[in-house]
Amino acid sequence: MSNTVAGPFTAESVAGAAYIVAALLFILSLAGLSRHEKARAGVLYGIAGMALALAATIWLTLEGVLGTARGSTGLVLLAAAVLIGGGIGLWRARVVEMTGMPELIALLHSFVGLAAVLVGWNGHLQAPALAGDLMAVHHAEVFIGVFIGAVTFTGSIVAFLKLSARMKSAPLMLPGKNAINLGALAAFVALTVWYVNDSRLELLIAVTVLAFGLGWHLVASIGGGDMPVVVSMLNSYSGWAAAAAGFLLNNDLLIITGALVGSSGAYLSYIMCRAMNRSFISVIAGGFGIAPPSTTDVEQGEYREITARQTAELLLDASSVVITPGYGMAVAQAQYPVAELAHQLRARGVNVRFGIHPVAGRLPGHMNVLLAEARVPYDIVLEMDEINDDFDGTSVVLVIGANDTVNPAAAEDPGSPIAGMPVLRVWEADNVVVFKRSMAAGYAGVQNPLFFRDNTSMLFGDAKQRVEDILRSLPEDSLPSPLADSAAPGQH
Amino acid sequence: MTRIGIVAEMGQETRVAATPATVRQLLELGYDVVVEKGAGESASFRDDAYTAAGAVIGGATEAWGSDVVLKVNPPTGDEIDRLAEGATLIGMLSPGLRPDLVEALAARPITALALDAVPRISRAQSMDVLSSMANIAGYRAVIEAAHEFGRFFTGQVTAAGKVPPAKVLVAGAGVAGLSAIGAASSLGAIVRATDPRPEVADQVKSIGGTYLPVEVGEEMTSSDGYARATSEAYNARAAEIYTEQAREVDIIITTALIPGRPAPRLLTAADVAGMRPGSVVVDMAAGQGGNVEGSVAGERVVTDNGVVILGYTDLPARLPAQASQLYGTNLLNLLRLLTKDKDGQLRIDVDDVVQRSVTVVRNGEKTWPPPPVQVSAAPAARAEGPTAATTAAKPGLSAAAKAGLLAAGIAVLFLVNAVAAAPLPQHFTVLMLSVVVGFYVIGKVHHALHTPLMSVTNAISGIIVIGALLQVTSEDPLVQVLAAAAVLLASINIFGGFAVTRRMLGMFTRGDRSRP
Repeated sequence: MSNTVAGPFTAESVAGAAYIVAALLFILSLAGLSRHEKARAGVLYGIAGMALALAATIWLTLEGVLGTARGSTGLVLLAAAVLIGGGIGLWRARVVEMTGMPELIALLHSFVGLAAVLVGWNGHLQAPALAGDLMAVHHAEVFIGVFIGAVTFTGSIVAFLKLSARMKSAPLMLPGKNAINLGALAAFVALTVWYVNDSRLELLIAVTVLAFGLGWHLVASIGGGDMPVVVSMLNSYSGWAAAAAGFLLNNDLLIITGALVGSSGAYLSYIMCRAMNRSFISVIAGGFGIAPPSTTDVEQGEYREITARQTAELLLDASSVVITPGYGMAVAQAQYPVAELAHQLRARGVNVRFGIHPVAGRLPGHMNVLLAEARVPYDIVLEMDEINDDFDGTSVVLVIGANDTVNPAAAEDPGSPIAGMPVLRVWEADNVVVFKRSMAAGYAGVQNPLFFRDNTSMLFGDAKQRVEDILRSLPEDSLPSPLADSAAPGQH
Repeated sequence: MTRIGIVAEMGQETRVAATPATVRQLLELGYDVVVEKGAGESASFRDDAYTAAGAVIGGATEAWGSDVVLKVNPPTGDEIDRLAEGATLIGMLSPGLRPDLVEALAARPITALALDAVPRISRAQSMDVLSSMANIAGYRAVIEAAHEFGRFFTGQVTAAGKVPPAKVLVAGAGVAGLSAIGAASSLGAIVRATDPRPEVADQVKSIGGTYLPVEVGEEMTSSDGYARATSEAYNARAAEIYTEQAREVDIIITTALIPGRPAPRLLTAADVAGMRPGSVVVDMAAGQGGNVEGSVAGERVVTDNGVVILGYTDLPARLPAQASQLYGTNLLNLLRLLTKDKDGQLRIDVDDVVQRSVTVVRNGEKTWPPPPVQVSAAPAARAEGPTAATTAAKPGLSAAAKAGLLAAGIAVLFLVNAVAAAPLPQHFTVLMLSVVVGFYVIGKVHHALHTPLMSVTNAISGIIVIGALLQVTSEDPLVQVLAAAAVLLASINIFGGFAVTRRMLGMFTRGDRSRP
């Protein structure tokens, strides 16, 4: 192990140095994501760190056993596993649709979880000879590592199934679900104590099954709209699973990396929860939205319909337009026509911007990726705090597939279930056009008074179809020539 | 098939009850439409435009003989007689002010609907003809005042000297008042507004006016959305404000109306006498007795000190095309409500408050006045108090509980490290520092890059591969197989995570480089 020191340049010392450098490169990698310009360099740091760590570990593993039977088997297994795994990973990364990112990320989390379970099991099967106390610590580490890994694994699988609509996204409501979760945790503590005193394989099997069940139940009882929190929470768990493996294997790189990933996921969960004005516990415990909202009986009034052609006229007369997309845009795959609409309007001198709510979509930053895919320049894609004061004075707001994130009840009705959630104040604009399939309530089951406001019009139907209708309604002849276009900026 | 007749208005009226655009939509509801020859002429809607929209042009007899007759102004006695038996008349009938008209209508076996009796509830806003006409009137009042006023509204600094901006006072910030405030401030004037309801202050401000409060410690919130009569003390203070303002401003536009009562007197003859020569007063309430002493309904009056008082009562009709368009749309929305099935069959559902309220005469039977309708807006605002108090307790743990949990967590960490064997405390040191570094680094990540962040952390959490790698050369074949499986899974993560992150980041482009 890395603790033995024997002269300069042993495999251990080289690996130890490589790990420290790799850890630094990982930190630089995450730091690079603070700005768009540095982000690509950040990924390169990450790849370099990973390559360094892998090379050092492979050398460390194979040094000394190369040539022996188990060394050869190990080498063959290793090469095959990396080639197959790497191949699958590259293939998935190339073909994934940007709207399918949440599913892919959830699935990737499950792999880390399962790998952690396997590493933990190996820790049991290959227990080192250690004295008293250290043996107990080793056992506890195996147990904790397997537990976190298994919860991550099944939790991510359920999240993946829900996100890819292979499983109903409505929360599973077992009676006494909080008791189930707490009972599982208590059982885990009891099993740990038992296992530390008597390290039997059956106990390890029992805790694995228990954690699989807990992970499954935990995520199954959380609804589809809370998936941004769940995915980032699982991201966090996958990090802690890696950190636990680091404790088990006495490996600082695993601990550092695991802690980085773990705190990253925790921070994202925190941002998401704050954006929904809910405590982390209430999301994890599920059960939001069960209590019937108290103020739905208030008369909402009538909504006004608008046609695609009228919307096009409205947009042509506008001086500034803000588009606020939500999950509905991803579902309808409307990002390309929306980007085209933004481009056409910008070419006509309209100031077009996008306003993104932190929990729009099913993944933190999901909308940004979709818009980037459709080649919307990122400098016109603004976050909630940047755009919220600009709605007053905006001519037209297009709400595409968003509902709860633009609900004035959150700001104005203290009795609303989403009261206090920060929302995009779209209603302050002169005109709001809401793209919606029907008058059904949003994920939170809360009726949206926005739809009944005087300055709101409803454009019903599939978001993609309707945006394409608007594009067709824009007159083509008045598109300025490139020359006029280059002369125009600054006047608007 | 039910036939709708659009009749020509009598006298000076320039408006018409339907435009070619609304005719087209009436046809979609399943009706036939007959337009009296020349009905839209004064509003610039020619007969051929109606024909193009699908209407039939007919004579007065044909239009009046229709099953449903749409009108703007109340009908005269002769006109009532021209209605066919069982016909439905829809128009502005002012049933509250004209009991004689209601009686005359009830004397015939007809149905009469007063569009101006639509209750002020949000559902019925799309039919609120008083609001749409008041909006036009407020705008026109400013235009009329500007026409009389011998100066600019906006202030300018020119080579020929400085021009001060005009000062405008708008009394009453209802629909007409707000419209006037908006129009006057758009022209560049300094606009002030008074209103007994302090809650309109924000609305006044939002369209460019300054609200002048009348401070007597009395406030009014009306239950039906209209202003009510005010108290003695209030009136005394308000009169002072009007006297002060009259000396200072160039233009006064008064819009104060109380339903079913004569208009309140806001400006006395002395106030008007205190105004500068060339000043203009527009009394929009002149038809109901006038807010201004000396105003004459429908007339332009010039006082001895050269102040012009306009008492025009036909302000909406001075914008005939606009007024007809809004009026026609209000009517259309009422007909949509009455023709739920779009089958050209008009049905009145007396259980619906809107339909009940507008029905003045039903099949020759007087149904006026309707039961009062409470506006939901005002009482609902009162009910918010207690609910706010109950929901405030919602957000999770108290500060004390949080501090307790934190202390407990620190104590546990301390105990674990205090009793743990050698390598554990070092590991905890590394873990703690990494968590802290992690939080600071992640906190700086740009919001838009959260998805790439997740995929890159996915990739680097594949670092668990090194744990599996160390086990892959074990002597136990089972361990070797499990380790190889873990390596495979972690490799998917590493390669997949980095590749997809690179792919995503490649898509993010800056505006100036994104398109040729």
